[in-house]
Amino acid sequence: MNAALVIIGLTALAALLLGLRARAGRDMNLEQWAVGGRHFGTVLVFVLMAGEIYTTFTFLGGSGYAYGHGGPTYYILAYGCLAYIISYWMLPPIWRYARERQLISQPDFFAAKYTSPALGLVVALVGIVALIPYLVLQLKGLGIIVETASYGVIPSAAAIWIGAAVVTGYVMVSGVHGSAWTAVAKDTLILAVAIFLGVYLPIHLYGGYGAMFAAIDAAKPGFLALPAKGESVTWFDSTVLLTALGFFMWPHSFGSVFTARAEAVFRRNAIVLPLYQLILAFIFFVGFAAVLKVPGLTGPNIDLSLFRLSIATFDPWFVGVIGAAGVLTALVPGSMIMMTAATLLSNNIYRMMHADATEARIGALAKLFVPVVALVAVYFTLQGGQTIVALLLMGYSFVTQLFPSLVMSLLSHNPLSKAGALAGIVVGVATVAAITLSHSTIATLFPGLPEVLRDLNVGIVALLLNVVATVVVGLATRRVAAVPA
Amino acid sequence: MVLVRSLALLPFIGILVGTPFLNRVTPLVFGLPLLFAWLLLWIVLTSVIMLVIYRCDPANRASPPDAGARP
Repeated sequence: MNAALVIIGLTALAALLLGLRARAGRDMNLEQWAVGGRHFGTVLVFVLMAGEIYTTFTFLGGSGYAYGHGGPTYYILAYGCLAYIISYWMLPPIWRYARERQLISQPDFFAAKYTSPALGLVVALVGIVALIPYLVLQLKGLGIIVETASYGVIPSAAAIWIGAAVVTGYVMVSGVHGSAWTAVAKDTLILAVAIFLGVYLPIHLYGGYGAMFAAIDAAKPGFLALPAKGESVTWFDSTVLLTALGFFMWPHSFGSVFTARAEAVFRRNAIVLPLYQLILAFIFFVGFAAVLKVPGLTGPNIDLSLFRLSIATFDPWFVGVIGAAGVLTALVPGSMIMMTAATLLSNNIYRMMHADATEARIGALAKLFVPVVALVAVYFTLQGGQTIVALLLMGYSFVTQLFPSLVMSLLSHNPLSKAGALAGIVVGVATVAAITLSHSTIATLFPGLPEVLRDLNVGIVALLLNVVATVVVGLATRRVAAVPA
Repeated sequence: MVLVRSLALLPFIGILVGTPFLNRVTPLVFGLPLLFAWLLLWIVLTSVIMLVIYRCDPANRASPPDAGARP
């Protein structure tokens, strides 16, 4: 037992207690459990949304991608920024509609807008499929942190089990209240740790930012910009666009919209959240600092770079503090994701099959589904193989397929029929699945295309097919109230 | 308001159209690779633009932003 491990263990325990305390005095029906009774103000909605964004994905995935891929990492800075702009206009009408009808989840929203329970079911399935890789990447991050910070004493498989158990425990007891309060603690710690590491490491190891980047550019010319092939400018633009559109399509992000007390909350957050993205720059600095100091990590191991560099630089107790911040970045979003997936299973899938189920039963079942979701995620985590960023991009390709029919549904006279919406989503998701399972890229599918188009993110292709299917089926089944009798 | 609202398009242009032209490492700006610095600049500008839009948007004048009883 070293100092690092003690600090990490105490942090996990504190998070658990904070989560358990958060339920105090509240009667936990499904609405309380999943959307906090819709009374969260600007600050709590802010940390919930930011909490979902600053996850292990940014902490380990962001630094790891900077270390392993260089320039292409900048896409992470860009997409959130654009997503927040869209959110200013997109989230208030979603919130208003959900509040009027007391909706709890994203599929409820689609089902109500298109008066189609079947569409709700499809959206629920898409959500669950996309959430699994997102949860897997959080657990993978937990494994990396605990294994590295314990200096190998606790193997990563054991760490993944422990982490999954802690998240499961507090989600089952406190629901979204636990997430919000732990998110406050987490954001404070991650902010301090990220800024400290991003300032200290480049200066301590290289003498400054300019010196560090000049040294990297000399050792690896072009590494700090986008390459001509592969993750090129075309890849960057298509990926930024895809992820910006998909940003609020995640069932848990969509669900956190419902927790707000007033719609102005979103408009104010649209001002502050872009600035919050600046923390990412500090995390990238850490990854870049590792490039020349702990070389040799490849494949999925690039996600280890932040911790390898920390261990090489700091005393165990401070590695513990970094590890504690990392554990929280996995626990908070992990709990949101698990809760969302469980709510989808119970409220949207079980209810479809058992229309006579009582609210109490749906609520109880949602909690019972939490450990089930956790076990599935642990299974896939232990299978291993992908980097954190690759996992997230896969999930994004799925959820972005919901964007076209969502935007159409916000129009005051939505011309799109339920069949059109359904066709678009099914075609888009099927395309992503086919491409993912066959490990295709645009370059392998269409080798004849000019270089510029070959680097397009495959999710964009699925989105285009989605739009085509939506338009074709939508036109064929138009809501023709105006047809002369 | 329409004019103010169209400011929101600038970050899309800056990021998606600007990147192909500024995809370079040098010259370093404040010690950062050029493309990195360019994207950071747009993060700050986005925040400023959203502030301007918020201030000009009549929707935010109707009621104080956090109206409603505290729990």
